[in-house]
Amino acid sequence: MRAPTPRMADTATAEVKTESAMRLVLRQTGAIAGKEFRDRVRNRWVWVIATVFAGFALAIAYFGAAGEGQVGFRGIDVTIASLVSLVTYLIPLIALVLGFDAVVGERERGTLELLLALPITRGEVLVGKFFGLAATLSVATLLGFGLAGAVFVGAGGDALFHYAGFVASAILLGLVFLAIAVLLSVVASDRARASGYAVGTWFLFVIVFDLVLLGGLIALGGSSTGEALPWLLLANPTDVFRILNVFSLEQVGALYGLATVFPPALANPAVLGGVMAGWIAAPLALAYWRFK
Amino acid sequence: MNAPAIELANVTKRFGEVEAVRGVSLAVAPGRSFGLIGHNGAGKSTLFRMMLGLIAPDAGELRLLGERSTGARFRAVRQQIGYLPEHVALYDNLSGLETLQFYARLKGAERSDCDTALARVGLAHAATRKVRGYSKGMRQRLGFAQALLGKPRLLFLDEPTNGLDPQAIHDFYRIVAELKAEGTTVVLTSHILAEIEQRVDEVAILRNGRIVAQGSVAELRERAELPVRVMLRVDDAARAALIARFDARPEDAAHVSLQVSRENKLARLAELAAQSGVQDLRIVEPSLEAVFLEHSAEEAA
Repeated sequence: MRAPTPRMADTATAEVKTESAMRLVLRQTGAIAGKEFRDRVRNRWVWVIATVFAGFALAIAYFGAAGEGQVGFRGIDVTIASLVSLVTYLIPLIALVLGFDAVVGERERGTLELLLALPITRGEVLVGKFFGLAATLSVATLLGFGLAGAVFVGAGGDALFHYAGFVASAILLGLVFLAIAVLLSVVASDRARASGYAVGTWFLFVIVFDLVLLGGLIALGGSSTGEALPWLLLANPTDVFRILNVFSLEQVGALYGLATVFPPALANPAVLGGVMAGWIAAPLALAYWRFK
Repeated sequence: MNAPAIELANVTKRFGEVEAVRGVSLAVAPGRSFGLIGHNGAGKSTLFRMMLGLIAPDAGELRLLGERSTGARFRAVRQQIGYLPEHVALYDNLSGLETLQFYARLKGAERSDCDTALARVGLAHAATRKVRGYSKGMRQRLGFAQALLGKPRLLFLDEPTNGLDPQAIHDFYRIVAELKAEGTTVVLTSHILAEIEQRVDEVAILRNGRIVAQGSVAELRERAELPVRVMLRVDDAARAALIARFDARPEDAAHVSLQVSRENKLARLAELAAQSGVQDLRIVEPSLEAVFLEHSAEEAA
């Protein structure tokens, strides 16, 4: 073993190498992401999900007021409020199904062995998988809700802005659960277990969390927990998604009566968006740590 | 630049209580073919996975093409390696050509390499067919084609002829010989020892994580000092005489065989040839399998 002797020339080549190393990272990540996305376009994932979203959105927009004895396209704010409820259930489910076997699936089928022996790092495999699936989910969501959004074109700039905000936040919510799904796919030892974890995750965040929170609030009489409530809601990305959309709609905000209990600092879309970004980054970071 | 293509010094790997690989040292010169032999669980796969940098050794030094296969230079090293895992699994939803294009991209190999590799393993006709419809042998050949992408200087092939028919096995070793002629170092494992022994320059026998024998097939045979077997075609009189005199073993109506130790091989052969009624004789060298069994028995004793 000889000790490396540093020379002036090394610095220059090192810089050149860093630049091409960056390109290499992008190329490897892109190759994985590209395959992942192409696979889902081919097996019609993208189209099926887009159709589901478009169908639900149009149905809600048209039939949403049927309970009040009328049908037909209603105001965009009310439609968005209904869509928010739907998306809260649907998007986490779709994202978890999309991503739960990202790594464990390849491990179980045996393709991971060869993949990891190639000139690619585990981080690149993981990030590539996430981006490929993220593109799948984003494109499907945009297509589906974009198509449905076409009926609101006449509704005016403000309404469209709200709708765009809703679609963007729906995508963010999807990415959060995708990141969680990728984490599960790294942690789980086989696909069956991973799907179990995914179902558990969905129940936890979509159903159990709010029930427990509500129960706790009632049990403690609401005095001390009342102030902590908004902060606790940040621990659940589906709640963050709800808050994001409720606060963008003044009418609806008033309707829910939330504006009075919610501290203004937390009602800022940028802060809430930041929380969502954290919810994407944290599971991925954890997944990377476990995968390494 | 005459560093060994592969160099292992005192490599050890533990999994909990189990020492899977214990103090293995070996060196393979560039352009040589090297066979790794051992039972299941002998440590072959662990050794392979360490050489590829998939797992890190607990102790010892490991170099491929003069460099470590982990750390900052891992990409540069891996780019020069081709790997065919045992029971290779590929993506069912891709065609043969798409499979190679995916791996070529990750390896930084030319796209044109894909067509060349497919043709080389005899899969050009199935290039656009989905892997889902490939037979086991075709998958194995596609896996081999994948290992050839990017003109690797070092090839790791784990049980490469698994699932291949005799013709395909023949073709496979023809390609290995071509690659060797081009200067590629080839390391392969096989459980069919008779198959490997005619086709590699050197072998190492691995048992319980340790190398119990290493060298050329001829050297190992010498070292094992196993007797050679002589097959004789004889008439009835000679048959009876040989059985009485040399304790020969009857094989069938026209043949007997007997074991001859290495030291008095020539003298004994002369005697046998002089025996009237012996119509023909054939010397059967002990197979590597026999050598291997010998080593295993020694170890167990």
